[in-house]
Amino acid sequence: MTDLNIQPILKAENVSKSFGGIHALRQVSFEVPREQIRGIIGPNGAGKTTLFNLITGFYPTDQGAIYFNGQKLNGLGPHQVAERGIARTFQNVELFDRMTVLENVMVGRHPRTSGGFIGAALRLARHRKEEAHIRQDALEMLDFIGLGQRAASPSSALPFGLQRILEIGRALATEPLLLLLDEPASGLNAAETRELGQLICRIRDRGITVILVEHDMSLTMEVCDEILVMDYGRTLAEGSPREIQQNQAVIDAYLGEEPLA
Amino acid sequence: MTRLFRYKSFQVGAFGLVLALLPLVLTNRYYLNVMIFIGIHTLLVVGLNLLMGYAGQISLGHAAFFGLGAYTSGILTATYHMSPWPAMVAAVALTALVALVVGIPALKLSGYYLAMATLGFGIIVHICFKELNYLTGGPSGLVGIPVLAIGSVIFDEPARYYYLVWFATLTALAVSLNIVDSRVGRALRAIHDSESAARASGIYTSRLKIWVFVISAVYASVAGSLYAHFITFISPGSFDFMFSIKLVTMVVVGGMASIWGAVFGAATLTLLPEVLAVFHDYDIVIFGLILMVVMIFLPQGLTRGGLDLLEKYRFRRGVAG
Repeated sequence: MTDLNIQPILKAENVSKSFGGIHALRQVSFEVPREQIRGIIGPNGAGKTTLFNLITGFYPTDQGAIYFNGQKLNGLGPHQVAERGIARTFQNVELFDRMTVLENVMVGRHPRTSGGFIGAALRLARHRKEEAHIRQDALEMLDFIGLGQRAASPSSALPFGLQRILEIGRALATEPLLLLLDEPASGLNAAETRELGQLICRIRDRGITVILVEHDMSLTMEVCDEILVMDYGRTLAEGSPREIQQNQAVIDAYLGEEPLA
Repeated sequence: MTRLFRYKSFQVGAFGLVLALLPLVLTNRYYLNVMIFIGIHTLLVVGLNLLMGYAGQISLGHAAFFGLGAYTSGILTATYHMSPWPAMVAAVALTALVALVVGIPALKLSGYYLAMATLGFGIIVHICFKELNYLTGGPSGLVGIPVLAIGSVIFDEPARYYYLVWFATLTALAVSLNIVDSRVGRALRAIHDSESAARASGIYTSRLKIWVFVISAVYASVAGSLYAHFITFISPGSFDFMFSIKLVTMVVVGGMASIWGAVFGAATLTLLPEVLAVFHDYDIVIFGLILMVVMIFLPQGLTRGGLDLLEKYRFRRGVAG
């Protein structure tokens, strides 16, 4: 009988994936302990987003397995993965642009609620109650991420930095145990990046494990407990930010000789 | 006063009141007939709008579901002498089943491929109406469809049928307004805006697309049954590709993703040919021109476009005054 608290929340075991002739991931294995903030870095094409797509069920693995809380994620679709407790954001922000800020987050409540066509069509009491809860939960989430004032704005009207934050809020509304952020700092200025770092720490304080794919080294080194470096679909190195910064193979492949802040 | 219009129940109530009083003004049989057709078309368009405007899927064969409803009701009542109301339920069941069978594979496609699949389906069904003589009466059509009745009230006059059709349509409008403003409605809109993000947010997109496809087919089936029992004679020509296109046009002109837009779209495109009859042979030309103008200047359709114009006007007045 495994003690759930000692088990890693996510475990990849020899995961491989090819698209046509391109080997996007080769025998990738790693573990992420609970409530860690894990960074995944590497050059473009290293397979980072593909890894996210496999974890969240957008593609099946060719070989190997991914375990979440000890359960295999084989063959599950994205909506099932979301129900199990893994949420994600996208590299190019994928908001629901014809909806308001509040509505975007309300959609995030989908996996934790159940109202269907009949309840909606007939405006049953149980359904109306759930709607009120959804609205309330979404407003609270907006306050948590700092967008409470903009609830009624069209999501497309938000400046880019806030759109990224909104997307994170929507993902958090699904009540995940694990949050995957795909280049969340991309397109943000220094101040916004700092705020993002603070938000990520606040998210972890709520008991959510965070995996962060990033190119912004200051954010990654600042916020992450452990970093996984990938290159050409393989894992190159794994360790604390300090260890990674001093790892010669990593420096050669990715970081370069420049001193990091 | 205008603030009240924000509430769905007020909108539906106000519209219902206008509809209820209209026959007192439009006593002419011809006008009532037109209004009945607008009602039937609205029912069709509301369903199609849920599929196209909200869920973002396309159907170029929706006339097939309209026809399935009409022919099933027609055949069961005229040929097999079934009572019309159970026949209508049977028509809905059959149409829903067909929509399910077609929808499951077709909705795995998207964009042009889905359009082609629905186009093909519509053509196949139309051919069936024409060729299955023994069942449908073939190209000459099906005659002798009985009228509807509730107890001793027989719906054989336009004035009475008007109320029946608009009762059904108004109910469909209210139900659709409810659906759209709910968890399921947001899920549909999410699929339209970003299917990947919808899936990542826990929405079972493939199943939801099939559901809304079936629901839109059910609306069309009821409209078809009402149509059959109104004109008591149906022929394949009413359920062809051109009608499917006309339905799509009504959705687009009225305004995608707007339930009330369905009413405007249906009303406009039902009235337009009647109004344009004055121009005799040029009616098609004017029709096309009007469509083009609407699409160029109000691409979001009449409802959204109209509201936008109204806001602009208000803004200008506010600034000037």
